[in-house]
Amino acid sequence: MSSSVETPVFIQTKSHEALPPPNLARGPIAWMRENLFPSIPNTILTLVVFYLLYVAIPPLVKFLFIDAVWTGTDRDACRAETAGHPVGACWAFVWDKINYFIYGSYPITERWRVDVWFVLLAIGVVWLLWLKAPRRDVGAVYFFIVFPVLSFILLLGSDWVGLDHVPTGLWGGILVTLIVATVGIVFSLPFGILLALGRRSRLPIIRMASVIFIEFVRGVPLITVLIMANTMLPLFLPGDITIDRLARPLVGVALFASAYMAEVVRGGLQAMPKGQYEGAMSLGLKYWQMMVFIILPQALRIVIPGIVNTFIGLFKDTSLVAIVGIFDLVKTIEASRIDPSWSAPTIGYTGYAFAAFFYFIFCWGMSRYSLGVERRLAAGQNR
Amino acid sequence: MQTTVSQEAPKGSILYDPKVRGIFYQVVLVAIVAFIIYEAVTNAAENLQRAKIASGFGFLNNTAGFDINQALINFSAAGSTYGDAFIVGLLNTLLVSAFGIVFATILGFIVGIARLSKNWIVSKVAMVYVETIRNIPLLLQLLFWYHAVLAPLPQPRDSINVGNSFFLNARGLFMPKPLFAGDAWVIWVALAVGVVATILFRRWAWKQQAATGKLYPINWISLGFVVGLPVLMWILLALFGANPISFDVPVKGTFNLRGGMTVYPEFVALLLGLVTYTAAFIGEVVRAGILAVSKGQTEASSALGLTSAQNLRLVVIPQAMRVIIPPLTSQYLNITKNSSLAVAIGYPDLVQVFMGTVLNQTGQAIEVVVITMAVYLTISLVTSFVMNIYNRRVAIVER
Amino acid sequence: MKKAIVSIAFGLTASLIASGASAQATLNGVKQKGFVQCGSNPGLAGFGVPDAQGNWTGFDVDFCRAMAAAIFDDPTKVRFIPLTAKDRFTALQSGEVDVLARNSTVTMSRDTQLGLEFPAINYFDGQGFMVRKSLGVSSAKELNGASVCTQQGTTTELNLADYFRANNMKYEVVAFATADETFKAYDAGRCDAFTTDASGLYAERLKASNVEDHIVLPEIISKEPLAIATRQGDAQWSDIVRWTHNAMLNAEELGITKANVDQMKGSENPEVKRLLGTEGKYGEAVGLPNDWAYRIVKHVGNYGEVFEKNIGEGSRLKIKRGQNALWTKGGLQYGIPVR
Repeated sequence: MSSSVETPVFIQTKSHEALPPPNLARGPIAWMRENLFPSIPNTILTLVVFYLLYVAIPPLVKFLFIDAVWTGTDRDACRAETAGHPVGACWAFVWDKINYFIYGSYPITERWRVDVWFVLLAIGVVWLLWLKAPRRDVGAVYFFIVFPVLSFILLLGSDWVGLDHVPTGLWGGILVTLIVATVGIVFSLPFGILLALGRRSRLPIIRMASVIFIEFVRGVPLITVLIMANTMLPLFLPGDITIDRLARPLVGVALFASAYMAEVVRGGLQAMPKGQYEGAMSLGLKYWQMMVFIILPQALRIVIPGIVNTFIGLFKDTSLVAIVGIFDLVKTIEASRIDPSWSAPTIGYTGYAFAAFFYFIFCWGMSRYSLGVERRLAAGQNR
Repeated sequence: MQTTVSQEAPKGSILYDPKVRGIFYQVVLVAIVAFIIYEAVTNAAENLQRAKIASGFGFLNNTAGFDINQALINFSAAGSTYGDAFIVGLLNTLLVSAFGIVFATILGFIVGIARLSKNWIVSKVAMVYVETIRNIPLLLQLLFWYHAVLAPLPQPRDSINVGNSFFLNARGLFMPKPLFAGDAWVIWVALAVGVVATILFRRWAWKQQAATGKLYPINWISLGFVVGLPVLMWILLALFGANPISFDVPVKGTFNLRGGMTVYPEFVALLLGLVTYTAAFIGEVVRAGILAVSKGQTEASSALGLTSAQNLRLVVIPQAMRVIIPPLTSQYLNITKNSSLAVAIGYPDLVQVFMGTVLNQTGQAIEVVVITMAVYLTISLVTSFVMNIYNRRVAIVER
Repeated sequence: MKKAIVSIAFGLTASLIASGASAQATLNGVKQKGFVQCGSNPGLAGFGVPDAQGNWTGFDVDFCRAMAAAIFDDPTKVRFIPLTAKDRFTALQSGEVDVLARNSTVTMSRDTQLGLEFPAINYFDGQGFMVRKSLGVSSAKELNGASVCTQQGTTTELNLADYFRANNMKYEVVAFATADETFKAYDAGRCDAFTTDASGLYAERLKASNVEDHIVLPEIISKEPLAIATRQGDAQWSDIVRWTHNAMLNAEELGITKANVDQMKGSENPEVKRLLGTEGKYGEAVGLPNDWAYRIVKHVGNYGEVFEKNIGEGSRLKIKRGQNALWTKGGLQYGIPVR
């Protein structure tokens, strides 16, 4: 049985290093073949896109950075004749006016109040948006009740706390842009929820009133709402009462944002399974208890991306208040670009580029955030 | 004694009766709304009287006294009324919205499809485009476009001249304007016949294809009907010595070009801004729609031997349309509403002409604002209505 | 706690909604507030323009400062509220501002139908045209076929239509919502001509990329008396406006300047004495101290000085006195005697 014959067996005990894949299937060339030049039409397309990029990008970079003027004190720095070289963006202008762009004409000695306000705003926003923040219910109370009151006292001034009165006519720039956006957010969420509940209410008159309001506001452009607030609001009030100029568009923006928010919230309410309502009612909860403790927390959670998208839209739309003469960021830029001491051909573009950059950072940040939340929520669903 | 107790027990306080409460809430709401309206109306009446501002819609018949450059109807300071100015503004709004919708749809579909392209550079460029455009206010983009359009254009004296009939300068694009003579009706009739023939032919070809599988070059034949017929009639008429269409060619004047048709820079800038802005949103809508079509559809269609272009055109997009239509409708409405930003760059749309000039000249804020809002509201409601019908038609195809 | 918060909120909201001063007592209201609320142009170089710190300067602005000087002996006690052309009269009617110094044309309908008064015309103006030098145009009559940029909703827009119609000329109008946008479009080459009040032409010209490329045509196609406006029904307040203006005119006529006003206080000239309050009680009659005119000249200057500083040859605008010279020098500014 023992047949242990000594035969030479060649068994590789160590494995060979894997051979690299052929050159055409790896590395940048393969990647390009795969992703840029897979077929003839695609190759043509790629080349066309490259050409378009070639046409668009270098001049943009040249304008924004290479030919840009970074330092200077007046127009001479940004005029090709006096500067002695082609002039692109005039960042010196933005730098010179930056305080105006941020604070408007807010008195210099009082500007620390605006800085404090920015910090308070940042605290509120982070508290609410950071999903892991502690006590977010307190955060909501802070953002929707405490913060508005503090803002009022801080920015407008009040005798009891010994802060000088700063009329709203002096406010401007990024401060006003953020105020308009914040007021829109602070008002639109509660009002939007009420309107959404109203629209789904069983009571016919309340439902009808909500539907009319929502559809009316969504059917007209914001600019007409702003013009209405500006020209008609004073007419609708008793003769000896005047509303602050800044407050008028704020009313318009708050109403406008509420209607859009209502539709987003309604989407969340509709997405709630009926069992949630029935379960809540079977526990004997009353309408408001059911809404506040069971339905809204879930419904709002699933529409966070929608809410953030509405805020992005609102944030961009704040620029329209410039058209009714409110000194927001766009208006301060418009006002600065006609300053004779800075009149130069590229001033306007530079100002717009600055504003575009500002809005982009904020809106893009918000949209990233909403994508993140969406992904997180989806992860919960896919469990 | 005990019976009374048992009678009272089930009957709760009237305050807790949900029906009564419901009625109570509604009465309160009505009362509040009525109070606000009453206050507003009485205050407005008093304020108007005190400021001696006229009221009523009579001002629409007053002579306007100002001019508007882009007017689709005849408009002159001397002979036209505020009512005419309203119509001019309305038509201009509709004009830019209509063009905007067409171009934004085309560009939007391109962007949406490009974002899903396997071609890396194409999809990345589309993504950067969408992200950039969507996150910058339209107002800024319009201001940019207006000055970007205006800046490179030459002064009238150095107009870019194409064949002595097309001129481009900072005042706009000047084109020959077709003038229709008395016998031009023949051409219109030919056009109508062509359109009807196209519709009939398409139906027939559709049935033929369903029955026999034979494909006809539908698009070419349609083009032949719609364009060919009128052109043929024109040539025929010309051969018989009639001249149904002549052209009013712009000629150089002291300052500017005279005659012809003009496309104003404000219009171009507004259109560019609206189209590029809305296309980014439509692109996202289209992308979501296409992604919603299951992959099996694409696989099945390629199994049937359809090319990827055919697959996209005949299989994917028709199904994606169901998802696309509702958000697309709201984008179309957004174009119309956003066209009101024309006021920032001086394009004479409804808001600029009516809520701007007319409101200032007459001081009748309430009437002007009410009319303007009513117009936008009507456009919104009508568009939603039409799109809902279309949506229902598309939806019927489903199983 | 909750109630406290709500009441605070309401209180704060109320602070944004101000009750306007009642009729008769603008001066009392102003004294109580401690400052004059002045409606001004949001930005017209030379006439009313804020710098980045919110300090206002300009010809119209100095009028409000003169009023503050007369009332409080302190020209800084003014708050300026920038008003668009559209909002200006409502702001005055509703009591949001006490006085409107915002290059506003007085017309019969504005005077009689808006519940306003225009006690002092501080600048005689007229509508003109500005064109590029390179066009080689020397008269508005040569503008047939031109494109003209103008601000919408103003008398300017109507005058423009009238002028071209009256002269049987064609034009293309390009109208913008604000003066800035209008000029920007003109400067960018959208129009051949730019039209507004002549004073505005000089002011806007400064904003051009190249000031020297533009000229103002000689034709003035309308009368635009720019006046200070007040609410109707407060005669005392209107008097203060009227006499602030006249004090500045008389000071110029009598040669009283910011520099020599203290010296002039010792003058024996009866006219000077009455004006500066060393004789008579003319100030008290309008509710002001008797040295009101002294305060105005001391803090702000006489009409000529204010003109020179803000819009005249000494400024960047370089507007000639023209119609706004004193009557003694062939102009229309005529100081009503103090006696």
